[in-house]
Amino acid sequence: MPATIIILLIPLLPLAAFVLLGLFGKKYVGKSSGIIATLAILVSTVLALQTATQYFTGAGLLNGTFQSLQPWSYDWLVFSTGQSGLSIRTGILLDPISVMMLVVVTFISLMVHVYSLGYMKGEERFSMYYAYLGLFTFSMLGLVMSSNIFQMYMCWELVGLSSFLLIGFYYEKPSAVAACKKAFIVTRFADLGFLLGILILSNQSGTLDFNSMIETLGKPGVCKNLPHFMGLSALSWGLALVFIGGAGKSALFPLHIWLPDAMEGPTPVSALIHAATMVVAGVFLVARLFPIFSVASSNVLNMVALVGVISAFIAAVIACTQTDIKRVLAYSTMSQIGFMIFALGVSGYGGENGLGYTASLFHLFTHAMFKALLFLGAGAVIHYVHSNEMKDMGGLRKQMPITHLTFLLACLAIAGVPPFAGFFSKEAILLAAYESNRFVYWIALGTSALTAFYMFRLYFRIFWHTEPHVHENHHGEGTNTMKLPLLILGLCSVAAGFIPFSHYVSSDGKPFETHFHLAFSVAPVTLGLLGIITAYVLYARSNGKPDAIAGSLGAVYRAAYRKFYIDEVYLFITKKLLFGWIGAAAAWFDKYIVDGLVNAAGWAAETVSDKLKIIQSGRIQQYAVYFLAGVLLMAVLFIYMWH
Amino acid sequence: MFISTALFFIGVLGFFTRRNLVTMLMSIELILNSVNINFIAFNKYLWPGKIDAVFFALFIIAIAAAEAAVAIAIIINLYRSHQSIDVEQAAEMKY
Repeated sequence: MPATIIILLIPLLPLAAFVLLGLFGKKYVGKSSGIIATLAILVSTVLALQTATQYFTGAGLLNGTFQSLQPWSYDWLVFSTGQSGLSIRTGILLDPISVMMLVVVTFISLMVHVYSLGYMKGEERFSMYYAYLGLFTFSMLGLVMSSNIFQMYMCWELVGLSSFLLIGFYYEKPSAVAACKKAFIVTRFADLGFLLGILILSNQSGTLDFNSMIETLGKPGVCKNLPHFMGLSALSWGLALVFIGGAGKSALFPLHIWLPDAMEGPTPVSALIHAATMVVAGVFLVARLFPIFSVASSNVLNMVALVGVISAFIAAVIACTQTDIKRVLAYSTMSQIGFMIFALGVSGYGGENGLGYTASLFHLFTHAMFKALLFLGAGAVIHYVHSNEMKDMGGLRKQMPITHLTFLLACLAIAGVPPFAGFFSKEAILLAAYESNRFVYWIALGTSALTAFYMFRLYFRIFWHTEPHVHENHHGEGTNTMKLPLLILGLCSVAAGFIPFSHYVSSDGKPFETHFHLAFSVAPVTLGLLGIITAYVLYARSNGKPDAIAGSLGAVYRAAYRKFYIDEVYLFITKKLLFGWIGAAAAWFDKYIVDGLVNAAGWAAETVSDKLKIIQSGRIQQYAVYFLAGVLLMAVLFIYMWH
Repeated sequence: MFISTALFFIGVLGFFTRRNLVTMLMSIELILNSVNINFIAFNKYLWPGKIDAVFFALFIIAIAAAEAAVAIAIIINLYRSHQSIDVEQAAEMKY
C-alpha cells in the first residue's frame, strides 16, 4: 500500500490549489493560476493512479477478496468516551469503489483543468474559476474517500456548494443566477432527506462509521428486530431517506429539474460536475451502502430500480426534443444515471448476483469518460459557433475534424455500439435487469434505443445537416489544450470497455467472471443501430421530416419539449400552494397575531409612560410633596408593621 | 418639644407654599433647627449626664451653614439665568 501521506495528498493538493488561488489568485498569480492548478491536479492524478494500481494488484487483496482498508483515521469529534460512546472518526476508506472513483475524479478533473486552459482563456475571473475547480475536486475526493457517513455528508454539501458557485460563475447573467439558486435549493431539499436518513441509520446502528454500520445492519433478517413505522422498518425508512438525498444529487426523477438549468455554467464545469463526477454521487452513495440496501426489505431496492428506470426513460424522451445541445447532453446524463441506479436496484448481493452492482459502477466509469468527452466536444462547438442552439450549427465536420472524430467516438460509446466502452457496461446492466426484473428490462431496452437516436440526432445535427455557415474571423477549432483532452478521452471511450471490471469491483469484494452472451446483445445493438439509422434519415440532411413527425405527434411532442411540465408542476406547488395558501396563512398570522402582540406591548408601554411622565413636572415643590407623602406612607407602614 | 414641632411644621409649610427660593431656604433652616431642638431636648431629659446630642446639634449647624452656602450659590446662578428666583419659573427640568 502506498504511504498514508501519499493518499492524503490526493485530496489535499486540489485543496491547496483552492486556498492559494482563492486567496492570492487574482492579485498575485493571475494568468499562471491555471498552470498551477493543473499541476496540482496532475500530481493528484498520478498519485491516484499509483494508489489504484497498488490496491488492485495486491495491496487490497486478502484471500481473494478486496478488503476495505482504512489507512488513516482520526478521532475528530468525541461526544462521549467509552465502549459505546458516540464519536465521529474521520478517515480514509479504500475499497474497490472508492479507489475507482479516485481515479475517475482526478482523471476527469485533470482533463477539465487542461481543457479550461484554452476554453476559459481571457476570462476575467480566471483564477477564481480554477480555485472553484480545486474546491470541487477536493470535496468530491473527500466524498468518495470518506470512512464515515457524517464526513461524507459534509463533503456532500461542499460538493453542492462548489457546484452552486460554478453554475453561477457567470453571475452577471440572470439565468445563471436563477439556475444556481435552483440547483442549490433542490439539492439542499433532497439533502434534508439524506440527513434524516443518516440520523435514523446511525441511531439504529449506534455508529457513523461505514464499516461498522454495514457490519451491524448488513445482516440478513436485521429488519425484524428494528422498530417499524407504517409497515416499513426503521432500516427501510433510513435507506429510503438516504436515497432521496442521492436522488437529489444525481438528478433522478422527480428531483432532476435542476440539472438541465445547471448547464448555465461554463461547459467544462458541466463536463466535470454535471456529467462525470458530482451527479454520480447518488449512485456512489447507494453503492457504498449497498450491503445494507440488499438486506432491507425488497421495497427499497424496488423503489430504487423504479426511480432509476423512470428517470432513464423520461429523460431519454425529453432529450429527443430539446434543441439546446447542452440540454440534450444534460438529459442524456440523467438518463444514463437512471441506468446506473436501476442497475443497483435490480442487483443482488454477492457473487454473480451482484452483477447489477458491478455493471452500475462499470457504467459509471465508462459514462464518466464518454460523457465528459461529449461535453468537452460540445464546449468546443459552442466555443466555435458562439451558440448553444442546434439551428446555429450544422456541417461542422470539415471545420472541426478532431472534435468531430472524438464526438463520434463518444456517441458510438454512449449508443452502445460494440466495441466501444458503453457497449460493455450497458450490456451488463441490461443483463442484470433481464435476470431479475423483466419490466425494467423492457423499458431499459427501449431507452437504450432512444439513447442511440437522440445522441446521433445531436451528432448529425451538429456535424452534418446543413452546409456550414461562414464563420468570419473564427479562431480555428480551439487551442491545443482543448484538443488534447478530447483525444485522450476519445481513446478512453474506446478502450475503457475492455477493462475486466468484475475482477475488480463487485458487491462483496470477491472477483467474479462475467459471462458474455452474444445472443443477448443482439437485441440492444440492433435497436441501437436502428436508432442511429433513424437519426441519419431524419437529421443527416436538412429536410422537413423531423418537423412533420413532431407535428404528427402533436401533444406528446409538445409535452416532451416542455419537459413534461415538471417544472410547471413544481412552480404550481411552490408558488400557488406553498406561497399562496400556506404562505399566505402564515403571513397573515405573522402580520396580525405575532406583530399584533408586539405592537400591543409597545402601545401599552407608550400609553402608560405617557401618563406617568406627567409626574416629572420639573417643579421642586411638587417633588417635595411626593417625597413627604412617601415618607409619611413609610412611617405609617413602619408603625403598622411594628405592632 | 412643642416649639420644635411647631418650628418643623412651619418649616414644612413654608417649603411647600412659598415660591421664593430664599424663603424656601429659610424654611429648611427652620426644619433643621427644629431637629436641633429635639436633639437637645431629648438629651436633657433622657440622658442628663451626656453631651452626645450637643455635638450632633453642632454638626448639624455646621452642615446647615455649608448647605446654605451651596443653596445660595445655586440661587444666584438661577437668578442669573432666569432673572428671577421664583421656583415656578424654573420648571425646565421635566420630561
